[in-house]
Amino acid sequence: MILVNEEPLNWHEGMTVRDVLRARNYRFPMLVIHVNDTLVQKKDYDTATIPDGAVVKVIHLISGG
Amino acid sequence: MSQLVFDPSKVMDIDYTQRTEYLDGLEAIKAAHKVLKEITYTPSLPDKGYTNRTLYVNVGTHEITEKPVTQQMKDVFIGGRGFGLYHLWNAVKSTTRWNDPENEIIISPGPVAGMTQYAGTGKSLVVSLSPQTDIPIDSNVGGFYGPLLKFSGFDALELQGKSDKDIILFIDGVKGIIRIEEAPTDPVDSHVLAEVLTHMYAENEKDLPNISVVSTGAAAEHSLIGMLNFSFYDRRRKCVRFKQAGRGGIGTVFRDKRIRALVVRGPKVAGDLNHPADPETIAKTGIKFHKEMRENDGTQCMMRRNGTAHIVEIMDAYDLLPVHNFQYGSHPDVHKIDSSYWQQRCTQHTVDGCWYGCSMACAKGADGLVLKTGPYKGDMVTVDGPEYENAAGLGSNCGVFDPDYLLELNFYCDTYGICTITYGTLTAFVMECYQRGILNKERTGGLEMTWGNAEADLEMMHQMARGEGFGKIAGLGVKKMKEHFIKQGWGDPQLINDIGMENKGLEYSQYMSKESLAQQGGYALTNKGPQHDEAWLIFMDMVNKQLPTFEDKAEALYYFPLFRTWFGLNGFCKLPWNDVVPADNSSQPEAHKVPEHVQNYVDLFSATTGVKIDKEELILQSAKVYNFQRVFNIRMGKGLRLHDAAPYRSLGPVTKEEYESRAERYDQQIITEMGLDPAGKTTEEKMALHRQWRTDRFSKLMDSVYTRRGWTLDGVPTLARLEELGLDAFPEVVDVVKQHL
Repeated sequence: MILVNEEPLNWHEGMTVRDVLRARNYRFPMLVIHVNDTLVQKKDYDTATIPDGAVVKVIHLISGG
Repeated sequence: MSQLVFDPSKVMDIDYTQRTEYLDGLEAIKAAHKVLKEITYTPSLPDKGYTNRTLYVNVGTHEITEKPVTQQMKDVFIGGRGFGLYHLWNAVKSTTRWNDPENEIIISPGPVAGMTQYAGTGKSLVVSLSPQTDIPIDSNVGGFYGPLLKFSGFDALELQGKSDKDIILFIDGVKGIIRIEEAPTDPVDSHVLAEVLTHMYAENEKDLPNISVVSTGAAAEHSLIGMLNFSFYDRRRKCVRFKQAGRGGIGTVFRDKRIRALVVRGPKVAGDLNHPADPETIAKTGIKFHKEMRENDGTQCMMRRNGTAHIVEIMDAYDLLPVHNFQYGSHPDVHKIDSSYWQQRCTQHTVDGCWYGCSMACAKGADGLVLKTGPYKGDMVTVDGPEYENAAGLGSNCGVFDPDYLLELNFYCDTYGICTITYGTLTAFVMECYQRGILNKERTGGLEMTWGNAEADLEMMHQMARGEGFGKIAGLGVKKMKEHFIKQGWGDPQLINDIGMENKGLEYSQYMSKESLAQQGGYALTNKGPQHDEAWLIFMDMVNKQLPTFEDKAEALYYFPLFRTWFGLNGFCKLPWNDVVPADNSSQPEAHKVPEHVQNYVDLFSATTGVKIDKEELILQSAKVYNFQRVFNIRMGKGLRLHDAAPYRSLGPVTKEEYESRAERYDQQIITEMGLDPAGKTTEEKMALHRQWRTDRFSKLMDSVYTRRGWTLDGVPTLARLEELGLDAFPEVVDVVKQHL
């Protein structure tokens, strides 16, 4: 289990940042993502894996209007 | 989940030169014009962003006067919305209403407006007493009029009085002529009128881009929701296009004054007309931003290709798109009106902005629309947009998912002079009332206002433009419709009040706020009413969970409304602030504020005016105007806590079906937030628990926000706050506040 923006999400071996975004349907293109307080660059979303128990923060930058 | 990729081969092949033209009667219309007053003046260009004078025109008495811009005006009010509020305060009394002659319409572009080196610098602000809210409304708008007004010699235009005949105000900023002309036979609707006037006042083909027209249309004469179109000439399409000052019914005030149009003829725009104090810094900052746009936009918001419509599918994915009068947040048919469709339908093949030098270039043109209804049936027209608000308001919120009907609704809103946001929200309300039996065919005069019935929707709009039937009632807006329906005994008053999405008399713009407490405040705790241009906090609050406490939400509702107010003081568009971000933004502290762009704005203001500021001073500049506006509202008999009340639909689920559509989420909140067990409770019982909890926390939010803003718990700025901001220099402002302490 991991926490994504304070809400639990089932974890699986090899889970990447991209998997988290897909699971949460986070489609907004401008994100700032930290895994256990470490920034993950956009180019690494497909390869950066997430450990079990991780705290993931997906900050959506304000847009709209 | 993957980002949309643009495929140029899918763009519709439309010959936009085949558009219907309306110039046949031009010479006869021109011949009918009669000069009522003409003066000459000395045109001048700005110095450090200011021309240091404003223009006053009384359309009733034909008085035309120049007024100086004082140092105090610059220090306290900056320009744009600030100048508008300053002039309006001095023009009206506490008893003035929108249709009194002393009410004014003020157009002011702000010191930075007209710059061509940075993106989004062509905005002007329009201020007036609103027919919908009875308090000042401010509406920001692109197009060329504001910058050309400044380059003709004026930091603001004040329009006062009421004419007894239709008039046009023409400012020739090249020859130094200001003329009031009677216009007895001019066309009424904007797409015809602006085309005719642009050609009438241009001296030749090359002069067409130097003309801008402010106009409205037939619906502004018969409704309270009239909007103003600000034109810009599209050289490539060879047609006149518009940006809109939509909110609050300023178009209605415009026609009540019998103004048919404002026309400005400015000098040919060049990069140095604003005469900034430090052109090198402006050039350097602009080049940095343009590079960022070029490199990052394609993988971020794709504003150059999609414009603001890029968030239609985003809002749908996050359950935030208003569907069926803000009941639901997504719909399976949204793909028919999302940006994948508009990419094919909008036919620009190059940048398409509403002011020179804007590299964000988010304006979009949908060409070749053949109209199916109304007085222009059969004509082929170019429609601007749709922007996000139009697609959501005219589309999903009313259940209209046919893109051609959506474009036709958008077109007629524009040419009739109707605010698309307001129209979308009021029509969604009408449709829900119809679906729930509050309205029926008899009460609507035969209009079958069911979800998605675009033909009935268009007919209601045509009635509004003709001042007939149910369309005339709808044109009063949601607040007055609610009062009318309740008075007629047509339904449960509480339900009608709950589902009518207005606050202060202004209709909500197109975002679902019921799952974000901060956004509930972002809408209701505003100066002019629920427009998202003060604060858009849904992601920060609901998705990111960045604002867990009341104090966190209050801090966001302090900072963002002030930060965003500042754009309207200066002539900036908000979009280049955060619809693209620097590549390293994610590694910056407070990335959501886009710190590099905030510094750009600090640098651009300092480099334009020569007045050095920092990011704290930027907020202070806004705070002066923001608090002045709050006191202005109080002066007009509003602006207190009770006037910030929100309709319950914006706070939580009104109906059983709304609750049940999100039952898992709402049941969980009963457990975690209220410490109760939902098991065994009926939906009605659970809805009652939610209503109590949600209204209580909204009230607590008000307390926190007012305290952070330096206001009493009744929403009145304290004397200490006025002193901090230097507003105690205005005895009338202090007097208003003292009466409420």
